Amino acid sequence: MSKIATRIKETATSVRGKIQRKGKPTLSFPLRSLSNVKYHPKKGYLELRGKKKTRTLTVATVKTFAQTLRMMSQAKTLVEDDEIMTKREAYYVSKNWDEARFDEQPESDAVLDDIEALFEVNREQLGFIPEEKGGEIAGQLTVIDRQPDTGKPLRIDCTQFGSGAYSIPISVEHLKFETKAKFILAIETAGMFQRLVKHSYWRKTNSILVSMGGVPTRACRRFIRRLADELKLPVYAFVDCDPYGMFNIYRTLKVGSGNAAHINRYFCVPNARFLGVTPQDIIDYKLPTHPLKEVDIKRARDALKNDPFVRHYTPWQEAIKQLLEMGVRAEQQAFAVHDLNFVIEHYLPEKLAAAKAFLP
Amino acid sequence: MAKAKKKQVKSKAKVTGKAAGKTAKKVVKKKARTAKKTAKKAAPKTGKSPKKKTGRASTKKAVKKPSQATQSIDSTPIVEAAKGKVARRATAEDMARRQRDISVAEFFIKNRHLLGFDNPRKALLTTIKEGVDNSLDACEEGGILPEVKVVIAPGQEENRFVVTIEDNGPGILKKQIPKIFAKLLYGSKFHRLKMSRGQQGIGISAAGMYGQLTTGKPVAITSKTAKNRPAHHYQLEIDAKKNEPRIIVDEEVDWPVDRGTKVEIELEAKFQKGRQSVDEYLEQTAIANPHVTLQFVTPGGEIKDYKRASRELPAETREIKPHPYGVELGVLIKMLHDTQARTLQSFLHTEFSRVSMRVAKQICEGAKLYERARPGRVARQEADNLFKVINKTKIMSPPTDCLAPIGEELILAGLKKQIGADFYTAVTRPPAVYRGNPFQIEAGLAYGGSIPTEGLARVLRYANRVPLLYQQSACAITKSVLNTGWRNYALQQSSGALPSGPLIIMVHMASVWVPFTSESKEAVAHYPEIIKEVRLALQECGRKVAIFLRRRRKAAESERKKAYIQKYIPHVAIALREMLDLSDRQEKTMVTQLTDILERSRS
Repeated sequence: MSKIATRIKETATSVRGKIQRKGKPTLSFPLRSLSNVKYHPKKGYLELRGKKKTRTLTVATVKTFAQTLRMMSQAKTLVEDDEIMTKREAYYVSKNWDEARFDEQPESDAVLDDIEALFEVNREQLGFIPEEKGGEIAGQLTVIDRQPDTGKPLRIDCTQFGSGAYSIPISVEHLKFETKAKFILAIETAGMFQRLVKHSYWRKTNSILVSMGGVPTRACRRFIRRLADELKLPVYAFVDCDPYGMFNIYRTLKVGSGNAAHINRYFCVPNARFLGVTPQDIIDYKLPTHPLKEVDIKRARDALKNDPFVRHYTPWQEAIKQLLEMGVRAEQQAFAVHDLNFVIEHYLPEKLAAAKAFLP
Repeated sequence: MAKAKKKQVKSKAKVTGKAAGKTAKKVVKKKARTAKKTAKKAAPKTGKSPKKKTGRASTKKAVKKPSQATQSIDSTPIVEAAKGKVARRATAEDMARRQRDISVAEFFIKNRHLLGFDNPRKALLTTIKEGVDNSLDACEEGGILPEVKVVIAPGQEENRFVVTIEDNGPGILKKQIPKIFAKLLYGSKFHRLKMSRGQQGIGISAAGMYGQLTTGKPVAITSKTAKNRPAHHYQLEIDAKKNEPRIIVDEEVDWPVDRGTKVEIELEAKFQKGRQSVDEYLEQTAIANPHVTLQFVTPGGEIKDYKRASRELPAETREIKPHPYGVELGVLIKMLHDTQARTLQSFLHTEFSRVSMRVAKQICEGAKLYERARPGRVARQEADNLFKVINKTKIMSPPTDCLAPIGEELILAGLKKQIGADFYTAVTRPPAVYRGNPFQIEAGLAYGGSIPTEGLARVLRYANRVPLLYQQSACAITKSVLNTGWRNYALQQSSGALPSGPLIIMVHMASVWVPFTSESKEAVAHYPEIIKEVRLALQECGRKVAIFLRRRRKAAESERKKAYIQKYIPHVAIALREMLDLSDRQEKTMVTQLTDILERSRS
């Protein structure tokens, strides 16, 4: 029996024991929010501070409690049978549970997150896999995968996708890599990624391009992390100049999130650096801007006040203050104002020439 | 003309009361004269404003001093003005010729809305109300359990109905019948301070007069005072000019009852169901008078019975003397004049309640009056001072044994009889005093059951056991209901509105003199003492209903919780069985144990 299955069984036994002693059974989870994480500069990711919330079985919680236990039972079966299930499928399976069924998927997702946190593992280890695509790769990289049916090694050359790209699979733990690239460029938008692929930017700079498509998925973060760790490559992030790009995308990529702090140690890229677009770039490159939205301002102020990562790095605090003072934001595709390939010919080379100056 | 008006206003502002009218009139007249000289056109206009003025000045005193009511200074002078002749419009002699008495009857024919005969629908209700009130008063005074039958039969013409009210009361002596039924302001109830339904002696004769006015038919009365006495049958009309009865028929008839009175009035009316209907009035009467049996025959021939729920007659009420605090200066002067007492001290002692010889002496001393002074002399010279001193002297509150509240038990009986609710409560407040008049407030409350859940609460207002159906918003009782914070008592209420939900609120005011806002007795005047007492009674009811509602809500809540627990506990057990490979028996034990744990924790 696997380690996870054993832990699930232990938890169930303790719940039963409490009931037999005529007490209210409890389950305790780490509190999943930014307030319960601290930035650990040496380890390089946001770490849980150990605050826990205890869910006691009462009249008010009996429904969620029952659902959590049933989902745990489901996870145990998955682990024992070496089966996988998407979050959506888990939601549909619950339809067999009569009154305990979930009405909407967000409810089942929340329970899944709870269980994940309860055992401090990532949900893939429990047999639950995400729906979302993991991001795309193009450039100087060979991924060594296995044939799904025979298990024979399969070499995938990421330079051979033409105008397309290699999709990061949902589970990346079994992959091996070979590369001669000098760095990894993680790009926020698929549009910018397409432009760089079109002009074989990876060949000119001997690099690996990653399209994150917004906030990077766990698989994407894990993939980049393994590349960075195993091939000892620097990672540069190229995102929009707004609080969302800085903290939801870049911060999550580098140090993980508050919500999934229990798994940040696997899903972070501590050596990632912020290439741009920085508030200073807006000025230096005379980029067209949009005014900051109210939600942007709120997010920026919140980051200054509560984000342990930002609070650790003075350069970031200054960058945010500068952005707030300017009151504007700029997108990475704004360079098109000068010339469509301005970004390839001027911006990226000029920035990469001074990689030391990147924001941490 | 504009100038004239301006002056008129000015002069009105300067002088008050009677003088104001006169001065204004003078000014107008003077101005009117000058106006005539200048333009013919102005003449008709000038005619108008003095007319308005005199009209107003006279109505104030119309009943007592009808001198100017009929005088008109409009028509003749205008003609004269047109001819450009004499300036003077009417001489004092002209006016004097037109000045004459107005009879009460004539006054009320013109102002029948004051008595509740504004429209055919209301007229029907008022007629029945006056008849039933009289019957009940008579029965109770005679110590008889009332049985009253109300019949509304369609008349020969459309929009006409014959209303018959028959009771088993003590009957009326033959010689009294004409005056009681065909003379306004004749009765036993006006001159005494005693709790009764009727107060003024207008009601039933006004109903007869209204019938006579709209159909030309006389009122028919049959009355019998004892089994072995003959029954007298009268048909009466009111001579409006003299306010005296005119006898059309006077005969002895066979009437196969032991005793009682039957009144028949044909009148123009409209029969309607629903709010402010005869049904509603009778139903509400049945609630506040559970000792009464009512039978109602509708124009369609349908018979509705309101059976009595109690055989207990209301306690007999005592007549009391006025309390000094409630007496106004004019009344005091009149009493000083009319008294039989020889000295001021004995006047105070004998004519008022709660004035002992000692207190009377104290008042005399306070007013610096000789206690042996003749009351008649005081009336002319020192009444003003006496009045002030009376109101400063500490005098015991009036006696309250003159009041006969319905009582909490009988309110409950009445409510239960007519309303199918889940919860009833009633409160009888201790007696209180306004303006020297003792009064007592009672409130009842019914919640849930067959009362409609939608909409606002229904408020049943009573004064001396008589339901008040009109002018709800003008009534002190309604004001108190509105001002009570029902949300404190687990009920819903939007601000400034009646509480909502399946709720009936009943409020009864018992008093020797209920201060109505008009002669038609529809709304209680806003005395702060009354509003306060009503509020206290309602709050007491509110507390009781709140206990009931909270308990009921709690029970429902715990039922709901129990069902909820039982829904999800099995799933906890199923999950544990799956994870720990338990047997069915172990799973069942788990369900029992869990249910036990959670149910214990609920309380």
